[in-house]
Amino acid sequence: MKPSIRIGSGQGFWGDLLTAPLDLVRKGPLDYLVMDYLAEVTMSILQKQKRKDPSLGYARDLVPLLVELLPSIKAGRLKVITNGGGANPLGCRDAVFAAARSAGLDGFSVGVVLGDDLLPRMAELTSREIRLANMETGEGIETLGDRLISANVYFGAEPVAEALRQGAQIVITGRTTDTGLTLAPMVYEFEWPTEDWNRRAAGTVAGHILECGAQATGGNFSADWRSVPDLAHIGFPVAEAYPDGTVVITKQPGTGGLVSLQTVKEQLLYEIGDPRTYITPDCVADFTTIRLAQEDEHRVRVSDVRGLPATKTYKVSMAYLAGFSAIGTLTYSWPEALEKAQAADRIVRTRLADLGLSFDEIHTEFVGASACHGPLAHPQGELNEVTLRIGVRGSRYQDVDRFGRELAPLVLTGPPGVTGFAGGRPRPSDVVAYWPALIPKAEVHPEIIVESL
Amino acid sequence: MIVRLLDIAHARSGDKGDSANIGVIARRPAYYPILVRELTPERVRAHFGEMVRGEVERFELPNLGALNFLLHGALGGGGTVTLRLDAQGKTLAAALLRMELDIPERLL
Repeated sequence: MKPSIRIGSGQGFWGDLLTAPLDLVRKGPLDYLVMDYLAEVTMSILQKQKRKDPSLGYARDLVPLLVELLPSIKAGRLKVITNGGGANPLGCRDAVFAAARSAGLDGFSVGVVLGDDLLPRMAELTSREIRLANMETGEGIETLGDRLISANVYFGAEPVAEALRQGAQIVITGRTTDTGLTLAPMVYEFEWPTEDWNRRAAGTVAGHILECGAQATGGNFSADWRSVPDLAHIGFPVAEAYPDGTVVITKQPGTGGLVSLQTVKEQLLYEIGDPRTYITPDCVADFTTIRLAQEDEHRVRVSDVRGLPATKTYKVSMAYLAGFSAIGTLTYSWPEALEKAQAADRIVRTRLADLGLSFDEIHTEFVGASACHGPLAHPQGELNEVTLRIGVRGSRYQDVDRFGRELAPLVLTGPPGVTGFAGGRPRPSDVVAYWPALIPKAEVHPEIIVESL
Repeated sequence: MIVRLLDIAHARSGDKGDSANIGVIARRPAYYPILVRELTPERVRAHFGEMVRGEVERFELPNLGALNFLLHGALGGGGTVTLRLDAQGKTLAAALLRMELDIPERLL
């Protein structure tokens, strides 16, 4: 057994710094590169892409990246784990194989985790009265009808660990939890038993610290952002994991950024609910047991994490179409910028009412005055410019579309000193809403396929 | 004396459905009891006023010198439905740090 392994997090979301994964591999020792591509909204985008072209539906950036990493992977120095397979992990693997062939590279194994996609099973599940009730409202899934666009079970670390046991050097999954990507190599390398809840919780906490990339290493750092060195070359986080469950959070040598108690604490608290019950498919972690210690510069030790048994259900994330929205902006300059923007808002609302358009919501913000903090903001003195930002949302496409034609006329028919309309009129876009549900674990079975090129 | 929460704590916020979470961390261990005493869920709810439609829940993490708040109904329908510029509540942490607290000087 290895005395420790180093796991680096190369993407906090799809669209994160493109150079980060390569920097992690090149600037210091690394055993595993993990990459989370899937925010809630991403799965629905990828399902739409797959519907248009059955060979697509995965994070396409992954293919050239994996090909670039193949020399390190083939040499046995590096393994890569990612949920960038999205709605089509097999398609992603085939694209990687094809690109590798064109580059004359072979002699490596790719594991794929399938079975998280419930869309093909919806009729069967509902016929057996698996209601997939909305966790927030209690409504049954039948109310959505054909508006459902994606439905994915969150798998944990176990299917990934199994793919590694079967020899995979690259593991491509669909909806695997962010934390599971990081926990999996620990489970595999250190042979942690399934019911060792404390160590699973320790690996889960490490995964939570890593899952948003550089948010653990000085990015978006509220305590003292000026103190973070060289944000332009920020190092993404590395978890140095030990068989007993202790983890040291660090970053590669020579990179920018900061790993301190404060940066790690901010990320630990990010997007959590009750800290005593952080629920994943792998365990329930208790964040109130975590002990942190700064053991050296850019090295924070995480220990003493306690965990409870995993629950009997998987979480399911579903996305459905919920109407249309459009958002437009116009910028008003000094003098009386805010007053003019407020007057323009009243004019638009009057015209929309005169037209008899129907919306679920019309929302106005004054960027530069109060958009972020609403009534808590106290603009001081006279503002030099204010951006009027109006959005509408509703079920009627034609009404939302018509709203988009009511902003530009303000340039010639409203208050003076207005600009910022070069981008064209706001177009309606689909509103995608979320439907969280639970499904008994016995209903879903991950399928693992490992193949070599 | 009057201090801003910003002076004794730092914070990060994000979204969980239509709820926002704000993690508030004491800048020094000695400030944690002040946070526990002063930052009651009722006070946080009142601070945000109409910006938060539902309840405010508070959780304590003494091991990190931190509190976690869940602000229900704070995001105008949730990350992808809301029309707000700050769709995911990323700036709500700073909005909370605006709060003013009256603290005995010996505690600072």
